[in-house]
Amino acid sequence: NASEEGSEKEETISVTFVDKDGEEQHIKVPIGMSMLEAAHENDIELEGACEGSLACSTCHVIVMDMEYYNKLEDPADEENDMLDLAFGLTETSRLGCQVIAKPELDGIRLAIPAATRNFAVDGSCNY
Amino acid sequence: MAIFQARTWLCRSFSTLSSHPLHVCVVGSGPAGFYTAEKMLKAHQEAEVDIIDRLPTPFGLVRSGVAPDHPETKIVINQFSRVARHDRCSFFGNVTLGSSVSLLELRELYHVVVLAYGAESDRELGIPGEDLVGIHSAREFVWWYNGHPDCKNLDPDLKNTDTAVILGQGNVALDIARILLRPATELATTDIASHALAALEESSIRKVYLVGRRGPVQAACTAKELREVLGIKDLCIHLQEADLLKTPKDEEEIKNNRIQRRVYELLSKAATTGPSHPRSGQRELHFVFFRKPDRFLESDEKRGHVSGVHFEKTVLKDVGDGKRIAVGTGKFEDLECGMVLKSIGYKSVPVDGLPFDHQKGVVPNIRGRVLHDTSGDPTLLEEGLYVCGWLKRGPTGIIATNLYCAEETVVSISEDLNLLASKASLPKPGREGLLHLLDNRNVKFVQFSAWEKIDSTETMLGSLKNKPRDKLTTWEELLKVARE
Ligand SMILES: Cc1cc2nc3c(=O)[nH]c(=O)nc-3n(C[C@H](O)[C@H](O)[C@H](O)COP(=O)(O)OP(=O)(O)OC[C@H]3O[C@@H](n4cnc5c(N)ncnc54)[C@H](O)[C@@H]3O)c2cc1C
Ligand code: FES
Repeated sequence: NASEEGSEKEETISVTFVDKDGEEQHIKVPIGMSMLEAAHENDIELEGACEGSLACSTCHVIVMDMEYYNKLEDPADEENDMLDLAFGLTETSRLGCQVIAKPELDGIRLAIPAATRNFAVDGSCNY
Repeated sequence: MAIFQARTWLCRSFSTLSSHPLHVCVVGSGPAGFYTAEKMLKAHQEAEVDIIDRLPTPFGLVRSGVAPDHPETKIVINQFSRVARHDRCSFFGNVTLGSSVSLLELRELYHVVVLAYGAESDRELGIPGEDLVGIHSAREFVWWYNGHPDCKNLDPDLKNTDTAVILGQGNVALDIARILLRPATELATTDIASHALAALEESSIRKVYLVGRRGPVQAACTAKELREVLGIKDLCIHLQEADLLKTPKDEEEIKNNRIQRRVYELLSKAATTGPSHPRSGQRELHFVFFRKPDRFLESDEKRGHVSGVHFEKTVLKDVGDGKRIAVGTGKFEDLECGMVLKSIGYKSVPVDGLPFDHQKGVVPNIRGRVLHDTSGDPTLLEEGLYVCGWLKRGPTGIIATNLYCAEETVVSISEDLNLLASKASLPKPGREGLLHLLDNRNVKFVQFSAWEKIDSTETMLGSLKNKPRDKLTTWEELLKVARE
């Protein structure tokens, strides 16, 4: 139900970002582009401290539908290592810089977690 | 103070023109300082943010803590540099809170002062022999290999022993183990300080012990760092399989904590896959659990030098709240070594006029608002004074933690400013006042453009050696290049 008419022929997919306040932004993302890059090209506030090099966890996004989450390849060990440190981790958390647009993801909805809500709870680890 | 009054007057007439800037001073240019500045600039269009740092170089532990072989982690410097170049932001390096300028003075000059000066001292064990030669704190050792100008002359002796003991099993401990055990050729192309690379190239250390008070389930490191150290080429890993046995309590802990679970899994895998007999000369990493240091042993041949650590074996004991601590069993064991690195925690240092919780080593605060004392009474606030980062929370958390920490502090500041907006707020001298004061005291500050000279000099020197940068590591060199 999420796919638009003719989307198969297009080289972009539709992605919705839902920010901390529940505000939605709909964007088109070219196949092959990471969600982090796409967010930045569209002035969506997704942090990306290490600029996509899998070393920071600030690009944490939550895939809002399990159905879409299951369409993603399993996270690699290295992504899981960084997810360990993400704030407000959920069952469907991923790193925005590791989620790459592909046709099956058309219509995916990504929430940017409200970090402060979780800050007091899991604010301590390891350095 | 006559100067201040004149300045205040000047600024008042000035600020009517520029629609009342909100003068903000952030002390410390590490992640906490920069994230605070970024969020203040964004939340308050009328804010002018000055960041001061005691070093001529910005970025705090991103420059002097994060390991040289973690270049990706340092990419965040790009983001911080954009903040520093923002037209409402200025950086003043070589300005020390407590000597160049006092807290009282800053609070008179600025509407909002945010302290984010980190944790630049060490926890102590308080056991006999702690002063012996060959024992260093992790902070100093890390500063040394990262070229912090205060530790250039640490000169740890890596040539007279083959064994180093690291007390602690957190990520800093793992960083140090990795730096000691990785082939120096692999470090040669990082931004490691040249003096450290030279010493590591000649290092005779072959065995590193990582010693923790508790068990593998409680190890305080993250999977990322552990995976890395376990993956060092041609390294022999040692671990007592008996230590891996889990109690029902351990099982419960693991079930509830993803990091602990993944760390434990990595350790068990390492125990079963590693070759048990090292070839001669092969480097060894030993994980030692359930040991707490009791005293340091002094060498017989070299008086005043450390020759080992006397450990007490421990067991875990419940102390309620699901918490367990390590307690001594009365059984002891020695470990011989010629070097000890204490990685048992950093500690913040107070400045004059700042409420300080000596027990926890942090500034008492509620969501970043500095409290008048440690009684925890939320009504006793220090007006206009805030705290962020390691000085606020204690020395834990990754760079990203400071992002959320800054968010929390800036929300507090904004709430307070909203309340204040109803009252007429007084103009303050801000940057102009600071410049005047520094000028009077002959404090030669280093602006961001001067840091950029240091930066390009370091990059240029690095390119000659196939390194991303070759750090300038003395105060003289840094200040000289900044002033060229
Ligand atoms: C060895 C080590 C390795 C680490 N590696 C990683 C890593 O790989 N990844 C990761 O995410 N996190 C890492 N961390 C954690 C991370 O560095 C910290 O979370 C973070 O730097 C804390 O930020 P801060 O701004 O509170 O303090 P700091 O970064 O320490 O910044 C404090 C700043 O204040 C300045 N200052 C101190 N006193 C004064 C004064 N009196 N006046 C003016 N300025 C002053 C200092 O010069 C410094 O620039 C590491 C930490 C350590 C110790
Ligand atoms: S941007 Fe750093 S991990 Fe994705």
